[in-house]
Amino acid sequence: MSAQGLKKGRLAGIVGNHEAEILANWVGEQTAVKGRRGASLNESELRAQCEAFLRAFRESLNGAASTDVESNEWRAVRGMLDELSRARAAKGFSSSEMAFFVMSLKRPLFGLLREIGGDAQSLADTTWEATEILDRMALFTTEVYQKAREEIIARQQEEMLELSTPVVTLWKGILALPMIGTLDSARTQTMMESLLQTILDTGSSIAIIDITGVPTVDTLTAQHLLKTVTAARLMGAECILSGIRPQIAQTIVHLGLDLGGMITKASLADAFAVALERTGRTIVRVRTGPGRESTATAIGMDPPA
Amino acid sequence: MERIPILRMGPFLLVTIQVDLHDRLVVTFQDDLTEQISRTGARGVLIDISALDMVDSFMGRMIANIAGMSRILDAETVVVGMRPAVAITLVELGLALPGVRTALDVEKGMELLRASRGLRLGKEEDGDLED
Amino acid sequence: MTSKTDTLEVHSSTDIVLIRQAVRKWTAELGFSLVDQTKMITAASELARNALEYGGGGEVRFEQLEKSGRRGLRLTFEDHGPGIPDIEQALTDGFTTGQGMGLGLSGSRRLVNEFEIASTVGEGTRVTITRWK
Repeated sequence: MSAQGLKKGRLAGIVGNHEAEILANWVGEQTAVKGRRGASLNESELRAQCEAFLRAFRESLNGAASTDVESNEWRAVRGMLDELSRARAAKGFSSSEMAFFVMSLKRPLFGLLREIGGDAQSLADTTWEATEILDRMALFTTEVYQKAREEIIARQQEEMLELSTPVVTLWKGILALPMIGTLDSARTQTMMESLLQTILDTGSSIAIIDITGVPTVDTLTAQHLLKTVTAARLMGAECILSGIRPQIAQTIVHLGLDLGGMITKASLADAFAVALERTGRTIVRVRTGPGRESTATAIGMDPPA
Repeated sequence: MERIPILRMGPFLLVTIQVDLHDRLVVTFQDDLTEQISRTGARGVLIDISALDMVDSFMGRMIANIAGMSRILDAETVVVGMRPAVAITLVELGLALPGVRTALDVEKGMELLRASRGLRLGKEEDGDLED
Repeated sequence: MTSKTDTLEVHSSTDIVLIRQAVRKWTAELGFSLVDQTKMITAASELARNALEYGGGGEVRFEQLEKSGRRGLRLTFEDHGPGIPDIEQALTDGFTTGQGMGLGLSGSRRLVNEFEIASTVGEGTRVTITRWK
């Protein structure tokens, strides 16, 4: 829709002269509906927001030459809507609730226009102007709201990525990365970086990547795993891949992927045993009482004599 | 002209690369190092690159070449301290440096050299060298 | 949208070092992760060396970009050397006519998000790389 020129500042004048009345009706309009949904804004907070918005709205109307809310003249109003939408998006308001904030201004405004009256032509013109401005503002609000929600989702995804790749120390110099769930490119990348960083921070020369909890592996994921192993080797650490399911073993061969010099073990326990051996350690059973073997095992810190 | 210093540590040579390498420096370094290996009879070379924030294919080739030349001169090369971001980039670049041995730090690199040297001398229980 | 630009010369191996330092600064300003910074610096180093070795020197243009909320860095390497007769072949891993490992073009392509190459025999070569945050 093309923006329309504003006629003789009639709308600006009406809003300016009846600001208090419009505000009261507008707030009433919103609290009536809000009661049903139990949204989390108290009335004084809402009144303050409406008042501030109405002031900016009146000021922009005074200066504006057109209904084009995207233009520079409406910057103050846009800024306010932007801030409000973001704040409400963060509080969990829905997009229709946010649009309603602007839409609900229609009834008090149109009511007032009808009351004031005047000739049919100018009434129709002013009503149309008001409709156009409010609709555009509602659209703008929804867009900002959408964007704010997307930002929140993106941030949460990022946080989840970090949470879902824990690198744990099994023993001095031995790390494990238990992977669970589907591995996509972004996750494998984050995993790779956090594993390599932990190798550096802890000075660990062996890392076990356990994929027991990974249902399938595609070519891309397998390549990412291989890259991780190669990068770790460049840094001076060795990776052991454990917990490969039978189907995954079949897939790897069918895809013609070469796992090269990578050490693979059936279980995390097997991999751990290899890692201990490589670092010159072994697991021995200890006796707790005379003639009785305990079920517990201890890890010998020194190589066997 | 500036040069990369080469330190002698017992039977090994230690090189710490700290400057942002430009190409001519790399070539000079290759000459210096092979000359030193031959003169001192060093049995191992440790190249510490923990200060480098990037390694491109030119430097990668230099490292691979040094490893190759040293091997011919009967010295083992261990590259130590490569940073994670550098390692990831090298792999993505397609430069996995096969045949180059690596270690996390100088100390671990030294252990690695001692161990392989010990095995070669048939001293499997004690990797320490008397020089 | 381009918000900032700069141009550096590539005429010696010292220039390559300067370009690497400039890319580090620009990518750090854009808030690139350490890994992404390193990838872009390495790609720039490869291409600057290509321009120097095969193109007899040239220049690199830095552009800070902004597109639908994403920020990025675009580098354009331009030389007036002999050009590349067979780009397909030049982009193959291991192909080299010079001293390198033949990973300059193919490798740097893997380090960036967008890669464009245009070359005319007898006129020169232009390589454009872009990496987004």
